Amino acid sequence: MTTSLDQLKPGESGRIDGFSGSAPGRLLEMGLLPGTVVEVVRLAPLGDPMDLKVRGFHLSLRKKEAAHIIVLRS
Amino acid sequence: MSEGVRAVTKIALAGNPNVGKTVLFNALTGANQKVANYPGVTVERKSGRLTGTGKDGVPAVEVVDLPGCYSLNPRSIDERIAHDVLVGHAQNEEPPDAVICVVDATNLERNLYLITQVLDLGLPAVLGLNMIDAAEAAGIKIDTQALSEALGVPVIPLAARHGRGIEDVRDAVLNRAVVPPLIDWPVRDDVEAQVRRLGEILAKEYSALDERRVRFEVFAALTSDVLLDSWTNRAPGFRDAVLAARAEMESSSIPYQMAETMGRYGWVSPLVQRVVQRHSDAHARSLSDRMDAVLIHRVWGPAIFAAVLVLIFQAVFTWAVPAMDFIEWSVNGIGTGLRSVLPDGVFEDVIVEGALTGVGNVVVFLPQILILFFFLGLMEDTGYMARSAFIMDRAMRRFGLSGASVVPLLSAYACAIPGIMAARTLPDERDRIITIMVVPLQGCSARLPVYVLFIGAFIPAGTLLGVVGYQSLAMTSLYFLGTGMAFVAAWVLGRFVFKGEGSSFVMELPPYRVPQWKLVFRRMIDRSRVFVVRAGKIIFGLSILLWLLAAYPKTELTPDLENRLATAQEAVVLAEQAGDPAVTTLALDAQAAAQNQVASFRTRNSYIGRFGRALEPVMAPLGFDWKISAGIVASFAAREVIVSALATIYSAGADADEESLALRDAIKADTYPDGTPVFTSLVAVSLMVFFVFALQCMSTLAIARRELNSWFWPAVMWVYMFALAYVFSLVVYQGGLALGLG
Repeated sequence: MTTSLDQLKPGESGRIDGFSGSAPGRLLEMGLLPGTVVEVVRLAPLGDPMDLKVRGFHLSLRKKEAAHIIVLRS
Repeated sequence: MSEGVRAVTKIALAGNPNVGKTVLFNALTGANQKVANYPGVTVERKSGRLTGTGKDGVPAVEVVDLPGCYSLNPRSIDERIAHDVLVGHAQNEEPPDAVICVVDATNLERNLYLITQVLDLGLPAVLGLNMIDAAEAAGIKIDTQALSEALGVPVIPLAARHGRGIEDVRDAVLNRAVVPPLIDWPVRDDVEAQVRRLGEILAKEYSALDERRVRFEVFAALTSDVLLDSWTNRAPGFRDAVLAARAEMESSSIPYQMAETMGRYGWVSPLVQRVVQRHSDAHARSLSDRMDAVLIHRVWGPAIFAAVLVLIFQAVFTWAVPAMDFIEWSVNGIGTGLRSVLPDGVFEDVIVEGALTGVGNVVVFLPQILILFFFLGLMEDTGYMARSAFIMDRAMRRFGLSGASVVPLLSAYACAIPGIMAARTLPDERDRIITIMVVPLQGCSARLPVYVLFIGAFIPAGTLLGVVGYQSLAMTSLYFLGTGMAFVAAWVLGRFVFKGEGSSFVMELPPYRVPQWKLVFRRMIDRSRVFVVRAGKIIFGLSILLWLLAAYPKTELTPDLENRLATAQEAVVLAEQAGDPAVTTLALDAQAAAQNQVASFRTRNSYIGRFGRALEPVMAPLGFDWKISAGIVASFAAREVIVSALATIYSAGADADEESLALRDAIKADTYPDGTPVFTSLVAVSLMVFFVFALQCMSTLAIARRELNSWFWPAVMWVYMFALAYVFSLVVYQGGLALGLG
């Protein structure tokens, strides 16, 4: 079942399926590509941005941007 | 030097941020370093000489530490510089003869993405596999032999922090750096066909590039508008062809923008799988993850951040005080010393009262700035800085700022200059400008003497409901007023001036590291030096100018004043002859009073005094007479100058400071010709509000110009802050009068 990355809860992870709209170049370069597994580690104290784990490193991403990333919940 | 290897005279260090490039740079260059800026931008150019070269006939080798970047496809000014230097487009900058690619061994996959781009350029290279010790500790084993074979360059394991591998990397880059074979990363067929076609067009139109560079440039032009536009003049036909190809692929839904990243990661990921072995316990949570569970915890995170801020504030405002007192004392001592050495006259006055006092006004903030930069460097070096941005981002975004604006805004409580400089860490240009534009509204420590003087003189010492003192309440309100306005201004700027898409906040949260004290101290010194040199130069010149404006033209004294001065002097002589110490003291006091009246008369007739009187009609609606207006003009260079300016005008003696009772009393006693007091509590509040907003600081303007590389925004900054000051003071004063508070 696909959803957008901002919908995942802390502890959940998903496999990137695609992007709604044009793919943001920086995220691609950071290694967030179709097929990449992303884990939501936690949210910032005020609920946004998200602390993600991708390819072994931590990345902070605002929910607004995460909403453009389509993932398959795993 | 082995055969087939070019003589190396310039080495560049390239890699992601937070991989220990700077530590390696320091280890390679020792003390032979230079920090400058790249022409026209605020990106630091750190260069140095490789230790052991440049003497005994060994050719000197320059090492350049490139700004950390995630990609050669530039999205920030830092990345633009790294790209330009490596491809040889940077102004006044030869391309390097060899590159040391530095990667974090614990995070090989993402690091290698950039490295494949660098290797594609065809420069001789070696790979420094840094933080190998941390990788080993985390149960990660890397087959360096296999990695070296795959990349086609020597791979050197490093633990730069512990000095391990430095000699190896030095030897490798001088003697074994080789042009790597072209990496054959996969590209989907439809994009590959376009790339080949575009490559032929580029090669025909611009023949200076070899085959692999052509391919590199085609991919760059396909994904980056900035790099595409760089061909407008050199190869317009190629540019048009790329635009057409982009449109064509878009219309048939070919994801060409992803082709390069997919291709490179498609090559890197299997390689990493092959060369990296993880022990079974490698999946356990790392120490860094466990620290984050506390440090960015919902409750503990903000609490700890608040505690860190309190600590920094405590350090800046309390621990710095003895050092600041010492500097003031030394400056006074030097002044006295100079006065005894220099011949009396104008030159002596210019040097002591103009130049020395002016420079002293800047240097006195040095202890605060050193402490602040020390803590900022510590936060950066440990990785906590990124966490502070992570915690604060949501709250800051409401006002059109980003989480990374927190540190500049906080630094500005000490001084706007480090605040503006700290804004360099903001990845987004729009956020950076907005942050710089509002930073000077924060209550900096130069406003403190002004607040202390007027609160001390006009706000009663009692307490509200027996709890909060009126005076401390007034002080706190002034700080809140400034900070509140900073947020409002940011919101307005973000909403109406810098419209457009809000910034993105794709930020790495690097693993926590034990701080490198040497690095932290070195950075603290470097940045403080910039502050002293930049601010000092301007303040130096301006202080002399302002002093001259306050001292000239020398006006003839009125006969009345002349008489008074002469009488007082005679009285002193007579008293001394009489030998009665009590009488002598009285006579000396009378003489000082007469001298002060003379000084006051001269100031009134000086250029500044005239300017103040000319300005009086404009400032009168705010409750300011010519003396206050003159003080405001004089304090254009630096806010705290108004205290000494008023002291001169009010004849309270040149050495009066904000806590001097003589100055407070003189101010309170001053009246207009009709007998009404010049200063009421309302005037004092109006003046303090004026100082909350007005940008009375030359150094801030100078640094803002440097950081924004234009006079336009600093000019806007001055105008909008002056407008705020005028309007708010007007409302306070006229409103107060209407309420009968005058």
